[in-house]
Parts: sequence; structure tokens; C-alpha cells
Amino acid sequence: MVDTSFVGRALDPVTYRVGREKIREFALAIGEGALVCTDIDAARAAGHSDLVAPPTFTVTFTLPLITDFLKDPAFGWDYSRMVHADQSITLHRPVVGGDELTTVIHVEDLKARAGSLMLTLRCEVTDPDGAAVATTTSMLVTQGEL
Amino acid sequence: MSAIEKGTELPLLSLRVTRADLVRYAGASGDLNPIHWSDRVATSVGLPGVIAHGMLTMALAGRLVTQWAGDPAGVRSYGVRFTRPVVVPDDDEGALVEFSGKVADVVDAEDGTRVARVAITAMFDGKTVLGRATAEVVVAH
Repeated sequence: MVDTSFVGRALDPVTYRVGREKIREFALAIGEGALVCTDIDAARAAGHSDLVAPPTFTVTFTLPLITDFLKDPAFGWDYSRMVHADQSITLHRPVVGGDELTTVIHVEDLKARAGSLMLTLRCEVTDPDGAAVATTTSMLVTQGEL
Repeated sequence: MSAIEKGTELPLLSLRVTRADLVRYAGASGDLNPIHWSDRVATSVGLPGVIAHGMLTMALAGRLVTQWAGDPAGVRSYGVRFTRPVVVPDDDEGALVEFSGKVADVVDAEDGTRVARVAITAMFDGKTVLGRATAEVVVAH
């Protein structure tokens, strides 16, 4: 049984250091051909301090936090039957190598419909000065009732 | 690049996704869910077989936009719904996914940049696999 008291809550912040080689590895895995993602000289020539992360890179550090929350027995979510239904990413600025980014998950919404549970989680990603870097929203669906 | 306006079509992008691509993406993204590498687990939860990570399909569709606009740093927002799975067979050919896109509108942003909103279509096995796939990306004046 899902604990609905989580809805409306913000979870504890978690900080992630964006590695240059992680960006390169991710860019190669998705076949991103832009040199600013894989070549440090090209990235600097384009005015960036380090390699530029492809737009969906943000999910590589927000999704594991979401997974930890969804596997937490305290929340009571059926992770084994889960489907990722919807994902959106807003980038307030590009993510680059060396960024120290803090993510806070907001448990935004939980709905039940026809034996399914639909959960909306919003991640607010900020830099060490508290400036907004990215906002990601994930809608996840599993079996269950409220 | 010729003038970008409402209705401008992006060059098509056809990609083959193999099991090796899924393994590589699993490692790079940290998404180790076994439905993306184990037929045993995938079929046990009712899937026809191993499926691609939705986020990999989203990332590949994003390449259509970054390649066209010329700069991954220019993407302001990007959103998709995952409507159907991309089933990836255990062979050398993999799954063929075809991406196309069309400019829905172009607006002048407050910061002086010109931003195109691109509607993306992703087709696998004759059906769309992403819904409401839209990216906002900075384009040249």
C-alpha cells in the first residue's frame, strides 16, 4: 500500500559531481556527434568551461534518486511492475563537466485510475549558489490502488 | 541552413538499436533494470522481449534536434510520453527506429535568442513510440 502522506513533500537534497568522462561516455552511448560533448578543445572554443552534457544527461543522476525512493518500502510502490510514462526536462542552462549539482525530488502528484497508480515527481536541480540549472518531471505508473 | 519557420522539416534520422547499444546505455546511464537486457525478466512481466530504455529512445530522438540545430547546448526544453515499447531482438540488425521532426513555431525569446519548437515523431514497426515529443531549441537568426 502506497503511503499517500509523501504527496506534497520534498525529499532530502543529494549532490552529484558531473564528470567529464561521464559526459563523454554518455554522449558515445547515445551516438551524440556534437564535438562539444566529446572534445574538450571544441567545447572551450565554443565558450564552455568543460564538455557539454547532452540534454537527457540530467536523467542519469535524477533517475537513480527516483529509483531509490520508489524502492523504499516506506513508500510502498510496486517497482517491479513500473513503467516510465512521461518525461520532461527544462534546462535553465547547459550542464557541463565539473558542475556540482544538487537535486531535490518533489513528490508532486499521485492518482489512481483503473487499477493503476500514476505518480508525478519533479526534480529541481541547482548549482552551489542555489541557481536553477534544470527542472525534470517524470510520470511513473505501476499497478495498485489507493 | 535555409530560413527556419513554422512547417520546416528536419532531416530524417534512421537508427538501428541493438542489444549491444542497450548494454552500453545501461552502463552509461546507470539504468540497470533487467527488462532492458534479460529476456527472462522481460517476458516474466508480460513484455514480448527485451525493450529499449525509454530514455535511450528519447536521447536518440534528441539527436535529430541537436544535429539539425547544431548545438546540444541550445536545447531549452524537451519532453516526451512513452507510448509503446521498442522491442530489441537478440540479433545483429536490432530494431530500426525512424525519427522525423517539424517546426511547430519559432519565437523570439526575452534574452534575444530565437527558439524553435520542434514536434518529433519516432516510428518503430510502423507505429509511433513517443507521444507529444517536443523540444525547444535555439536556432540562428
